[in-house]
Amino acid sequence: MTGENLQPAGRAASESSGRLAIANLEVSFGERKVVSIADLRLDHAEIVGLAGESGSGKSMTTLAILGLAHTVGAAVGGSIKLDGLELVGLGADQLRAIRGRRIAAIFQSPSTAFSPVYKVGSVFVKALRLHGASKSEAEDRAAEAMRQVLLSPDLMRRYPSQLSGGQLQRVAIALAVALRAEILLADEPTSALDVTVQAEVLDLLRGLRESIGMSILFISHDLAVVAELCDSVAVMRNGLIVEQGLAGQVLSAPEDAYTIELLASVPRLAAAP
Amino acid sequence: MTAESEVPVASARAHEPEIAATGEVSSTPPLLRIADLTVRFGPVLAVSGVSLDVPAGPFGLGLVGESGSGKSTIGRAILRLVRAASGTITFDSKDVGSLHAAALKAYRRDAQIVFQDPDNSLDPRMRIGTTIGEALRTHDIVPRDGIADRIAELLTEAGLEPAFAERYPHQLSGGQRQRVAIARALSVQPRLLVLDEPTSALDVRTQARILKLIARLRAERQLSYLLITHNLGVVSKLCEQTAVLYLGKIAEIGPTDLLLSAPAHPYTQALRSAVPEVDVAGRRSRIVLPGDPPNSASPPAGCVFHPRCPLAIDRCRTEIPELRDVAPGRRSSCHRAEEVLAGKLAAT
Amino acid sequence: MIETPITAPTDAVVPRGVRMRRALRANPLLTVGGVLVVLIVLVAIFAPLLAPAPADAGTATHPLDVLRGPSAAHWFGTDQVGRDILSRVIYGTRVSPVIAIIVLAIACAIGIPLGVAAGFMGGWLDELIMRVTDVFLAFPPLLLALALAAVLPASLTSLTIAIAAVWWPWYVRLLRGQAASVAGRPYIETCRALGISRTRIIFRHILPNSITPLLVQVSLDVGGVILTASALSFLGLGAQDPTPDWGLMIAEGQSYFTPDWWLVTFPGLAILLTAFAFNLLGDGLRDLLDPKRSFLP
Repeated sequence: MTGENLQPAGRAASESSGRLAIANLEVSFGERKVVSIADLRLDHAEIVGLAGESGSGKSMTTLAILGLAHTVGAAVGGSIKLDGLELVGLGADQLRAIRGRRIAAIFQSPSTAFSPVYKVGSVFVKALRLHGASKSEAEDRAAEAMRQVLLSPDLMRRYPSQLSGGQLQRVAIALAVALRAEILLADEPTSALDVTVQAEVLDLLRGLRESIGMSILFISHDLAVVAELCDSVAVMRNGLIVEQGLAGQVLSAPEDAYTIELLASVPRLAAAP
Repeated sequence: MTAESEVPVASARAHEPEIAATGEVSSTPPLLRIADLTVRFGPVLAVSGVSLDVPAGPFGLGLVGESGSGKSTIGRAILRLVRAASGTITFDSKDVGSLHAAALKAYRRDAQIVFQDPDNSLDPRMRIGTTIGEALRTHDIVPRDGIADRIAELLTEAGLEPAFAERYPHQLSGGQRQRVAIARALSVQPRLLVLDEPTSALDVRTQARILKLIARLRAERQLSYLLITHNLGVVSKLCEQTAVLYLGKIAEIGPTDLLLSAPAHPYTQALRSAVPEVDVAGRRSRIVLPGDPPNSASPPAGCVFHPRCPLAIDRCRTEIPELRDVAPGRRSSCHRAEEVLAGKLAAT
Repeated sequence: MIETPITAPTDAVVPRGVRMRRALRANPLLTVGGVLVVLIVLVAIFAPLLAPAPADAGTATHPLDVLRGPSAAHWFGTDQVGRDILSRVIYGTRVSPVIAIIVLAIACAIGIPLGVAAGFMGGWLDELIMRVTDVFLAFPPLLLALALAAVLPASLTSLTIAIAAVWWPWYVRLLRGQAASVAGRPYIETCRALGISRTRIIFRHILPNSITPLLVQVSLDVGGVILTASALSFLGLGAQDPTPDWGLMIAEGQSYFTPDWWLVTFPGLAILLTAFAFNLLGDGLRDLLDPKRSFLP
């Protein structure tokens, strides 16, 4: 897939159910199974929340989708289909072409995504050129993506240490946009950010869903954020999905005892004005 | 474990408007009084002219703010862990800043602190029992032969089995370690407890349990605490009064329920609206603040909030607003506070 | 108000004795290293009984037996004046390792207090200590030792002093870094908030948490010191003939190396084995002292 012309996102999801379809996914460390998902789907322009506490397996799920589970010593079984293409067992070269380009990821600590010795703009250019764009095309698309995340393209000339956490996270999102990724895996992207900055980033993600039809798998321990942002939610515990459905439904009328307990634990504010 | 109805803390204070206000009660002086505190770290003004009162317990004062607000620095200044550049901190009518030797050590029994990071707040090479015992020994709280028993009592009070005394920190979960930190802080029987983001690093269910623990300890020990957090939900449960901080200054201070339901400062409004809520039906229009939290090293002129304020007028750019009374028991440092309070300025 | 449920301990309590034994079993490094070091110490103690020709470690010479290869009579062969190399190697355990231990003990005695003081106290004390240390570090170690040894009368004592003078700055630097790092951790701040005295903080918290890298470094340095000592002895500035210093033996045996390889090889192996033993011991000690690692999962 390298060298191919970059295609615009928004092309119709193929015949199989949803852009990303996970079926019977199992991630294990030797005998110990840490993820066991029967069914999880992500459609075009849909934001799905994966909620759970630490140890629930949500981060391992992200790694499995990116084909990086083996780097931590885990084995993956089952099926993860990207528009019908089976990702489990796919060769390293093909996975590399998909990673970043079709499935992008942002993590809790944006600074770890950027090497401190390179200007942030150079990451864009490198990544885009790796997936087939020319240098000038890469620079143009990078600038365009920065504008889409409401950042001045001038910031690309800065080093990661010169940008705030919120700005870095937006640059990471801009990277996904520039690569025209169809799916964005967001693993606790706002947990380390201030509340007001978090609100901006969430707004941005919603905007991307509207403007370019990006699908987002949003992983978080914060049920309130999931409630605000996600269309549907899957609650994970010990590697299993204990409850899933439309966000409004699950979070206002949960059925599973664990979900009920989680919701009860969230401190509520007094009634809004 | 099912949801429980906790003693609603905020409403318990509803009958005492004077105390619930700024704490300036004419009858008894407050337990802790911070007057015009300023703390500097090199060129950075972390705290700038902050005044707060905390009455004797049971009472909870919330300090809410984002990064750079100075809330953690205030907590540390109270504990004499950082030096104040100017201003005074008075505990029980004694000036904390001028305490030395024995008096300072005695103060350490009156005021204690629990930090945010449960992973590094305990010495990894010491057993839990030894860690708590160290605090007891330093202040001769109990005679030698009574230490083991007291440790067991403290652990039980914090919701841990006494057998935990033999463990090392790495054998405990984050929530358990936080309980140990609380037990240790309480071992010296403080009257004032500073809690610096006590639950931010914990899982949701563990957070709820720790908050419940704090509420219980407050009632049992008649504690006064300063709860430092960025989480508005936490203060609404545990604090009668809350101060909202921005870039080292108080933006607004008043009774928690009123502050959250009818803010008197645009920043409080924005903060309030930025907090995501589970009750999706309660979604209201979001105020999104442009730009990023400002640089503490070079604060803006005039009102520190004006570059990001949706309601800024010319006056805000040049004139620093004073923290003034805008309603009974409520103070705000905004030129347009009354308008905000009256709800005339809706979020755009 | 409903009581918070009591949470159970995560694993069983293990008494200290059992913990130690388990740690030893789980730490083959420590066991092997420890055994070897103990052997070396025993050899040093019982040298007169073990060496076939104790006099050869002293002033005896046998002009008729020079440069004989390893044989039944002389397991390690004889050297250029006919002395039994085996005996000299055995007696060498009383020389080189002892010098190394004394040197490192002095370096620690100076380095630990200065390093911890600099790291924990910070400020001007830190500046003062580190600048003085930097001055010493600026000299090439061997040259400095050389200069010192040349000034002092040639003897083992001078050798020890010269090398110790060169070694201590590294430990100051190492400890300072560790102590500064530990001093910045929340649990130290909590100690201050609890009113725990600075002395106690240093001895009960800073030191135990900073010392491990030093232990490992010290064990690695045993071999280094022995080599440095041998270099100086080679130049005539330390051990003098007939002291059975391994380094000196190598230096003296160098010119005979081809074809009489045994003069250099056996002392060399002795250095290797000793350094190796201490390395293993150091690694094992580090594992043992790290509470997170010495517990079996």
